[in-house]
Amino acid sequence: MLGVAVAAAMLLDMVMLSSGMRESFGSLLVTTGYQIRLAPRGTLPFDTDASIQAGTGLVDSLKALPGVAAVSPVLGGQLHVTHAGHSVTAFALGGIAAVQGDYDVVAGRQPAGPNEMVGSADFLAAAGARVGDTVMAAAGFDPELRGTTGLRPLVIVGRAHFIYTPAGQRAVALPLQTLQQMEGGSAWDRLSLAMVRADSGANVEALRREIERRFTRVSAISTETALQQVDQRLSYFRQLALILGVVSLVVGFLLVTTMVTVSVNERLGEIIVMRAIGVARARVVLQIMLEGVALMTIGTAAGLALGLVTGRYLNGILSGFPGLPAEIRFFVFAPRDAWTALGLLVGAGLLAGIYPSWRGASRPIATTLREEAI
Amino acid sequence: MARASSPLVVVDRVTREYAMSGDAPTVAALRGISFGVERAEYVAIVGPSGCGKSTLLNLLGGIDTPTTGSVTIGGDQVNGMSDRQATRFRLLRVGFVFQRFYLMPALTAAENIELPMAEAGRAKAARRERARELLDYVGLGARAGHRPAQLSGGEQQRVAIARALANEPMLLLADEPTGELDARTGAEMIELLGRVNRDGTTMIVVTHDEDLARAARREIHMRDGRIVDDTGARGA
Repeated sequence: MLGVAVAAAMLLDMVMLSSGMRESFGSLLVTTGYQIRLAPRGTLPFDTDASIQAGTGLVDSLKALPGVAAVSPVLGGQLHVTHAGHSVTAFALGGIAAVQGDYDVVAGRQPAGPNEMVGSADFLAAAGARVGDTVMAAAGFDPELRGTTGLRPLVIVGRAHFIYTPAGQRAVALPLQTLQQMEGGSAWDRLSLAMVRADSGANVEALRREIERRFTRVSAISTETALQQVDQRLSYFRQLALILGVVSLVVGFLLVTTMVTVSVNERLGEIIVMRAIGVARARVVLQIMLEGVALMTIGTAAGLALGLVTGRYLNGILSGFPGLPAEIRFFVFAPRDAWTALGLLVGAGLLAGIYPSWRGASRPIATTLREEAI
Repeated sequence: MARASSPLVVVDRVTREYAMSGDAPTVAALRGISFGVERAEYVAIVGPSGCGKSTLLNLLGGIDTPTTGSVTIGGDQVNGMSDRQATRFRLLRVGFVFQRFYLMPALTAAENIELPMAEAGRAKAARRERARELLDYVGLGARAGHRPAQLSGGEQQRVAIARALANEPMLLLADEPTGELDARTGAEMIELLGRVNRDGTTMIVVTHDEDLARAARREIHMRDGRIVDDTGARGA
């Protein structure tokens, strides 16, 4: 029974792993409703330091496209923040509060004014700052002048949960123009990324193609194409999940075969007497198999609970990989996964039980009765 | 002249040989046995161990087939049946009582009795009613809900007899039914089997128990696979 539970746990984890990261990534991408992301031509968002120049013109042109509901421009950078003796370097996102799709404000409010910002809980803790405090922030350090660049005071108006940052990341968000100004002349009107939300009912893929056709300096990546790229990068995980899933199925199959064989041997007297008193062979086989399936179902149910626990534990380990958004889950439970694991194992149990039960019920009655009587 | 009714059981020149492994010669368990049993007869087959008693009983019950000859019960030739036909024959036409009772340990006494009726397709209410009647008949009306492990050997054998009678068979076959019982319980069992026969069931028992053999109205003595004496046969 324990063996069946372990096989079931492993199978469930592998079923969850085979689709979990893709589904988790997919749901992460559509969290805020933006289906298309624009990055400098040939790059992925935030994959390099490359940026999109003349961002304002691009955003205005995008908004004018039929089928576009909203455009959210984003500039990524770094801020060096000092406050109350603390000096913290944080990942900074410049955006437009009304359309941003990178964070949720969990305390306070959106940064509306030019000198306002929100920070992640990790940032606030590292800077020793609270909502309402004013901090000094610089966008860079000039080694020739031996001084900071773009230094200005910023008021923390909220605490935010950043959707795409890794666990423990110190992150801040502020108005796009503020960050562009702080980064200096070369950064003026520069974007790292623009996110596009299509009208409901619009053909997203057609819109993506249209954007790429019109704006040759950007790559447009829809959620679907991003998932395809994720699929390619995660093929290793899926192969691993497939191999381990098959192994656990084979183990479950062998375990049930052994269990049913042992059960048949132990109860041969009963089985043969049932045949002797006129119970049909098929019914005897069915009864033995149903008992095997019942054992398998109980073992699998215990295994599913075990699989959820181990999946959660493994998630904790794998989600700590550097650079991965904290929201990414490798093992995502869906009832379908449990049904799949249960169905596969019970199916394997049925198949595994057929031969030993049929063999037991087909033994010569008289000879077996005599052997059992000895 | 009125023609006499044909016997319920007709065993005609039956042999049963067992192949041994390798080049060893076959072993003959039965060597050309013939006899008949009338309806409502009570026959005891006796003889030393290895004389072929149980082999004969197995042939009568359709759980083994003769090498040559034929076994006919109620007009049906048992040794010509397919596995499916033989299974149905055992279910509806004969009842088996074994030395070791062989009740299903997970089922209650009543459920054990209901088992062959369920297999025969009898309705649940009718099965329950019949099981209750049979438990009363064998004196275990108060033990219907007990599992075999909660019953004594004698009680288990009573349940086994009730199970054998469940589908109202034309022939009851019992293999050493008192073999596992003490003398007092064995005597009770002999009384019960006698009552079953008096109530109209044809019975053939294989036994070493002299008291049980005497209780039967006819004794067939066997030795080395042959009938050496047939005391009390009608017309004998």
